[in-house]
Amino acid sequence: MDLLRFVLMRLGKGVIVLFAIAVLNFFLVRAAPGDPAQVMAGEAGAGDEVFLAQLRQQFGLDRPLYEQLWAYLSNYATLDLGFSYRQQQPVLDLILERLPATLLLTGSAFFISLVLGVVLGALAARRVGKWSDSAITTLALVFYATPLFWIALMSQIVFSLKLGWLPNVGFETVGGGYTGIERALDIMQHLIMPALTLGLFFTAIYARMMRASMLEVAGADFVKTAYAKGLSPAVITRRHIARNAILPVVTLAGLQAGQLVGGAILTETVFAWPGIGRLMFEALAQRDYSVLLGVFFISSAMVVIFNLVTDIIYRIVDPRIGASA
Amino acid sequence: MTEPVLHVEGLSLSLPNVADRAFALKDASFQINAGETVCVVGESGSGKSMTAHAVMGLLPPAVKVAAGSIRLAGRELLGLDERGMRRLRGCDIGMIFQEPMTSLNPLMRIGDQIGEMFEAHGVLHPAARNKRALELIEEVGLPDPGHIVRAYPHQLSGGQRQRVMIAMALALEPKLLIADEPTTALDVTTQAQILRLIDRLRSEHGTAVLFITHDFGVVAEIADRIVVLQNGEICETGKTGDVLRTPSHDYTKRLIAAVPSLTPPEPRSLATATPALKIDGLSKTYRSGGFFAKGREVTAVDNVSFEILPGETLGLVGESGSGKSTVGRCCLRLIEPDGGMIRLETAEIQGMTQRMLRAHRSRIQMIFQDPYASLNPRRSVGRIIAEGPIAQGVNKSTAMLQARELLDLVGLAPAAADRYPHEFSGGQRQRIGIARALALNPKVLVADEAVSALDVSVQAQILDLIREIQNRLEVAVLFITHDLRVAAQICDRIAVMQRGRIVEMAATAELFANPAHDYTQMLLAAVPGREAFAHTYKTETSHAT
Amino acid sequence: MSAFTRFASNRGAVVGLGLLLLLVAVVLLAPLLYPQSPWRMVGRPMGAPLAGSFLLGTDTLGRDVAAGIVHGARVSLLIGVVSTVVALLIGVPLGAVAGYFGGLIDDLVMRFTEFFQTIPSFALAIVVVAVLQPSLLSIVLAIAIVSWPPVTRLIRGEFLSLRSREYVQAAITVGQSTPRIIFTQILPNTLAPIIVMASLMVATAILLESSLSFLGLGDPNLMTWGYMVGAGRSRIIDAWWISFFPGLAIFLTVLALNLVGEGINDALNPRLRKEDRK
Repeated sequence: MDLLRFVLMRLGKGVIVLFAIAVLNFFLVRAAPGDPAQVMAGEAGAGDEVFLAQLRQQFGLDRPLYEQLWAYLSNYATLDLGFSYRQQQPVLDLILERLPATLLLTGSAFFISLVLGVVLGALAARRVGKWSDSAITTLALVFYATPLFWIALMSQIVFSLKLGWLPNVGFETVGGGYTGIERALDIMQHLIMPALTLGLFFTAIYARMMRASMLEVAGADFVKTAYAKGLSPAVITRRHIARNAILPVVTLAGLQAGQLVGGAILTETVFAWPGIGRLMFEALAQRDYSVLLGVFFISSAMVVIFNLVTDIIYRIVDPRIGASA
Repeated sequence: MTEPVLHVEGLSLSLPNVADRAFALKDASFQINAGETVCVVGESGSGKSMTAHAVMGLLPPAVKVAAGSIRLAGRELLGLDERGMRRLRGCDIGMIFQEPMTSLNPLMRIGDQIGEMFEAHGVLHPAARNKRALELIEEVGLPDPGHIVRAYPHQLSGGQRQRVMIAMALALEPKLLIADEPTTALDVTTQAQILRLIDRLRSEHGTAVLFITHDFGVVAEIADRIVVLQNGEICETGKTGDVLRTPSHDYTKRLIAAVPSLTPPEPRSLATATPALKIDGLSKTYRSGGFFAKGREVTAVDNVSFEILPGETLGLVGESGSGKSTVGRCCLRLIEPDGGMIRLETAEIQGMTQRMLRAHRSRIQMIFQDPYASLNPRRSVGRIIAEGPIAQGVNKSTAMLQARELLDLVGLAPAAADRYPHEFSGGQRQRIGIARALALNPKVLVADEAVSALDVSVQAQILDLIREIQNRLEVAVLFITHDLRVAAQICDRIAVMQRGRIVEMAATAELFANPAHDYTQMLLAAVPGREAFAHTYKTETSHAT
Repeated sequence: MSAFTRFASNRGAVVGLGLLLLLVAVVLLAPLLYPQSPWRMVGRPMGAPLAGSFLLGTDTLGRDVAAGIVHGARVSLLIGVVSTVVALLIGVPLGAVAGYFGGLIDDLVMRFTEFFQTIPSFALAIVVVAVLQPSLLSIVLAIAIVSWPPVTRLIRGEFLSLRSREYVQAAITVGQSTPRIIFTQILPNTLAPIIVMASLMVATAILLESSLSFLGLGDPNLMTWGYMVGAGRSRIIDAWWISFFPGLAIFLTVLALNLVGEGINDALNPRLRKEDRK
């Protein structure tokens, strides 16, 4: 019951955020140099007078600003994110078509980085000062500093072009004609490199956080209590230290969801992964602003949902939250 | 003659090179028999906690055992490997800690945490563990055991959590219970209950108790024998009554003399005059919760009225959460009261804007509790003291000169003005804080737990200083404290607060002799060691300064 | 041990500082090392490193990769530092006001900050640069817009805790004015975390800038590392060095900044083990 109210409250907050982003989009279009109709039409559509007139009419561009805003927001409220002249398709359709690939990529990267980061961070903390700790912290530092697009390119050269272990680009083998399990395996193979390169940066962050958090909790009074009980170090680490240490990592992971989506733009560009990040890159090249803003809006919505999920997890894991809220 | 439960012999613990002394503990020997409570007493840094941790085999990595032996029921512990030590912990030795609020895992249910004791030592079936946990919770006097086992720590109060810790420590009927300052973080009435509980369990189970404390009142209450530690060395041991009555070592004498008596000194006579501070109908309610969450209301101060004459000290005593600190801060409008009058001599300051108030700030000043947090680490001591006068328009060089004089007044060298706070000890910092308060020549001083963070000997010196200053400057003092002993010695009148209200206000001697309100009686009864220290008169403590 | 000796005894931090000094030297000496424009075609396209007279080879149009890296260093550092300064100028006052005054102001500022933290920051940066047209100004603005929220959170937290610290209460008690309290009592005590955060922010800003120019959103008049990696992408099979070396430059710079930032952090907040002293 309590959880339901919390979820509803958070959903309400999410709607407010999305509303604000729609407003932001509206003003961004007006901040762009030139006629808003031309901006919305994009480079390709700017020459088509009929299309421009249609846009002007639809968004009431000759009417006062607040009426324009209202028209714009009403469109967004019905999930009408505009029309891509270049692709001759509604923006929403374009995005929905590409969304599953992005969800698959970001979802796996999130999962990989969280699991790997927590495990490696905990391991490093258990062996603080030993060589395995130094190895993990050094690697974390290195991956934290490596540009995402560059490591994606380099792994492409090494693992695909030189070693030939993994497919170079794309979502699945074109013309492979696979179905069922075979297709899933094929997609998996294509997924490995993008998901890993995207996940590495976040693995590094979570590993560092987990290590620091473990070391901090290890000094807590209740850990002293646990030692005084005569529990074995393994049980103390698992039950008392790690469980408490993981909480800030989960919070951080929730906050990082936005960055994950941002990183997907780069990864999808390098690996020609047919997701909304790639769509954004293409729209960028074509100056197709309605697609650009549409992707921005939908990726924000994704982040809102991501945050909600991590908050719910947090609430379930930590008994203190419910009481204090 | 039977073997003592704990026999520590010639124990030395070495500290790392960077520490200010080579040994945390040097050549310490003592023993505890079954059913006996031994208190290890000392001031902060005396090595008393290290002693407890050494017995438990839980020393910090930097501290090493240099020599000696620790025998538990005849069995040497120092040679044991980690596995062997682990078998003893919890099973043969139970331990409770100072901070009940942080000593339990916040993510585990109470029942599971108690159950872990059995699990760690492979005792009982999982089903039987829960039943035993219920019995233990019942035994330590917690209400509604069925509810408590399923509760998380944050749902319990500090006193309840400490009971849980005790239940846990005694779950496997250990031969030895180590209690490391177990009541220091608790209110005085809760402390009394916990002490009684430990004592009852000791006598029922015949447990040997190693009790670490800094508080001689607690010692008098619970100890059979005392071990006094000074800078890592035992300076005196003996039966409690003997040591308290006729201490042989100088250090012990000083410590005992510094414990303020519950018997107030002769009342002083004060000339009637306009009150320096008059509070009428003061109230403050805290509201929590924001936009979405539903708010909770806590009435911290409820219709409080009092007045203080020039040169008089009014004590405001009560337990944590009674609202005494809020009253103090409201007087300076560090917290905005919701209603009521605050009059400084003739000026009513309750309605003033902060800007208008600034001109009246010099009339009332504050001495804070924490000597470490109350001085800006990045400013020189001279600047810290001079800041007030400068803000009130005194020119800088005059103010700095005055700061040196004030340092002299509070017993520090004027040259201290050029140094920074971290170069001073806790007691010295508290003197600097007093100098800062005096710099504006205030008519009223609010001292908020001003001596609570200090060791007992330093505490006595600071109390003397406050009294001396009051005599010289005729300043009115609002003395906020949880410690009735301190209040008895320094206050002319005392107001007892409970849940935001003043339940009783009377002249100090009158209040101690004939407490009218139930709550006052309860508080007085809970003061540890009241008989033992009833007749140590103030005159003796002057040696300590 | 002073903060300086603690920093000097941290091997990683010293290495990072060395790398940074090298980078600054390269930036200062760029006009001497490579006086010509990095856009000039100077040799055969796609010449391998060390094969000709070019240390790091040439790109697809016969431009000197080393010259590009040297000139790109200037852009990276400039954008990194300027956008961090702008982000601090937004973040510090907001956080200070929210933390000091609390209440409704705090609520409003924090909702605003949370909003900007929820938006996928890189996507926002892309949109801002794309809409305003890529230029030095729009890039700095975009990076600053997405980087200030953590600053605000940090400063707010510090102010919130320092405000209730007793020495600040004492300053109110003696009648110091609010601006004076903020500037003399609180702000100096938040300097250490601000410095640490700033050095890490410069690193993040350089990463962001390179990612933007990799996507073709760099200032078209400036040679940047990200642009070089992106431009070499199409011929990566034949000429890996075109993308490799600029990427390495980004990596080393960001690594150096992180090492220095961590070094400063450890030097300023030595973890004193309290138990060791009891």
